[in-house]
Amino acid sequence: MSLYELLRGPLLWVAFGVFFGGMVVRVVLFFQLSTQKDKPIYRFFSWKWLWLSIFHWILPLNETAKKNPVVTSVGFVFHICLIVTPLFLLAHGVLWYESWEISWWSLPESVADYMTLIAIGSGLFLGIRRLVSPHVRIVTTAADYLLLAVTLAPFVTGYLAYHQYFDYQTIILLHMFFGELMLVVIPFTKLSHFLIFFFSRAVTGMEFGRRNAPSW
Amino acid sequence: MGDKAAAFNPEVFKKTAEEKSNARLKMWLEICAHCGLCADTCHFYLANERDPKMMPAYKAKKVLETIKKNNKFDEDRLDEFYETIYGECTMCRRCTMFCPFGIDVASIISMARSLSASQGKVPKELLKAVESHLESGNQMAVTEEEWVDTLEWMEEELQEELPGATIPIDKKGADFLYVVNAREPKFYPMDISQAAMVFYLAGADWTMSSKGWDVTNLAMFMGDIAAATKIAQMVRDAAEELEVKRVVVTECGHALRSLQFESPIWLGRDHQFEVVHSVSLFAEYLREGRLKLDKSVFANERCTYQDPCNVSRNGGCAQDAREIVKYLCEDFVEMEPHSEYSYCCGGGGGFIPMAGAFKDRRLKSGKVKAEQIKATGASICITPCHNCYDQIRDLDKEYELGIKVLSFKEMFEEALIIPEELKAKEEDEEE
Repeated sequence: MSLYELLRGPLLWVAFGVFFGGMVVRVVLFFQLSTQKDKPIYRFFSWKWLWLSIFHWILPLNETAKKNPVVTSVGFVFHICLIVTPLFLLAHGVLWYESWEISWWSLPESVADYMTLIAIGSGLFLGIRRLVSPHVRIVTTAADYLLLAVTLAPFVTGYLAYHQYFDYQTIILLHMFFGELMLVVIPFTKLSHFLIFFFSRAVTGMEFGRRNAPSW
Repeated sequence: MGDKAAAFNPEVFKKTAEEKSNARLKMWLEICAHCGLCADTCHFYLANERDPKMMPAYKAKKVLETIKKNNKFDEDRLDEFYETIYGECTMCRRCTMFCPFGIDVASIISMARSLSASQGKVPKELLKAVESHLESGNQMAVTEEEWVDTLEWMEEELQEELPGATIPIDKKGADFLYVVNAREPKFYPMDISQAAMVFYLAGADWTMSSKGWDVTNLAMFMGDIAAATKIAQMVRDAAEELEVKRVVVTECGHALRSLQFESPIWLGRDHQFEVVHSVSLFAEYLREGRLKLDKSVFANERCTYQDPCNVSRNGGCAQDAREIVKYLCEDFVEMEPHSEYSYCCGGGGGFIPMAGAFKDRRLKSGKVKAEQIKATGASICITPCHNCYDQIRDLDKEYELGIKVLSFKEMFEEALIIPEELKAKEEDEEE
């Protein structure tokens, strides 16, 4: 089995397995512990405040967004490109079709290309902000830089592969490797916030809500 | 309350950490993205020349490191930890509101205070107040005799002006039980007669209790939940024994937070009564026309309102206060930001009772509030919280604000329109 086949086959399965399995475990552990030790969540459970809290933050409808327009804009653009580009990339769609004969809408290639650059650019901005703002630097750990690198690596290598810069064969292998690496680390790191965000917003939204106060 | 360990006890520390680590705390300490957006939401950060070490996420990170290293933790580190959790956070929850993930740093600090308490490391003034509360039923060791005497004395004073007014004690089945802060009988008994005056004029069916009347709960600020539960139980028992429909909390912030929102959690079930802050009750009376205020009394003053964190952000009474102000002030100017978004004055989280060693930090962190007040140009700052009240009076001196700090009750005493038939017959000629 070639390295390509390995990354395209078994390792991809491993990556998806760890990613989905890991996140399921995270959620199960949260429910397991919270039903014992965080009873107020369930006692004061409120769909209204849960959704209001999520809604005001999944969209920039909060005081923080108003007060920090630059970081908010860059942050939103970064996250949108990060999620949308890989899911709706034509080349990825082709792979899904090859394997499972399933397909869905894809982005025009030039748009995806720009979005990749935007993801890299906004990611770099957030990284540089960590270095130059004293209040961000002081809470930054090595893991923060590493995770940013792990997040951006699939985009950088994807961009290089699409434009066939350097040795395509090597770059595409690296691209696959980094993509899989990112999936694998998500459940074990703060990157899990892609899902845990909703839990955290929900509990805080309800806690403020039962005091009739907004959490946005 | 357990014995105070003489030396650092890693086993107790670890046990407490495990006990207190719930799913939310674990989640928050894991997902904090270290984005730094909480920095300028914190009055300590802003008042200390934007010192990054004062930002909420940094303080939370310190707590996390402590827990992770709990075996290597020793007394020196405990001292450093202590300075952060007591000296650099009022648990006002403003940062929580501005955090994209809604990470509640106040809960993290509260947990850290529990850890510190497990080693007997707590501000001695807080400890003294809590011990006194557990022993005597109130944090200032007022005896039941002194308490009842004070109420009777205040009733007599009040009757000189309003002959029909009373201060009922232990009246079973009253509409509401009025509970106060122990400093009222101790230092500010007029607070009680002012409240009684308001209730009398509003035609309220109310009572005070001979027991369980001190609604403060400083154990909450010490992270000593066992003691906080016992203290809350005293008020609940008094209210349930008197079979009142509501418990009205005096103009005090943390008392509302602990009784209304925290104690049902500690005590494991809902109260059999509703908890209402004075601000909400006063707004209700004015709305229903049961109280009438003469707005001209404060016509020459510019008023502003200090939102106590535990009344507005953590108590949900911000709008009620605005409603009162409409009946009371001709010239009212809001601080920016205000209501739920208000900055802590610096007196919360136990800072006022902690006194001594923390006073300089308290005054310094109050700079943000002082500047906000100054910007309004107000001559009166209204605040319905004893801790805010003391802090803003101190800020007035420290930052030369030239303001008067008043509670709603104090303003009502001057502005209430008293029907002629209720007034004492013999007019005082000298007035």
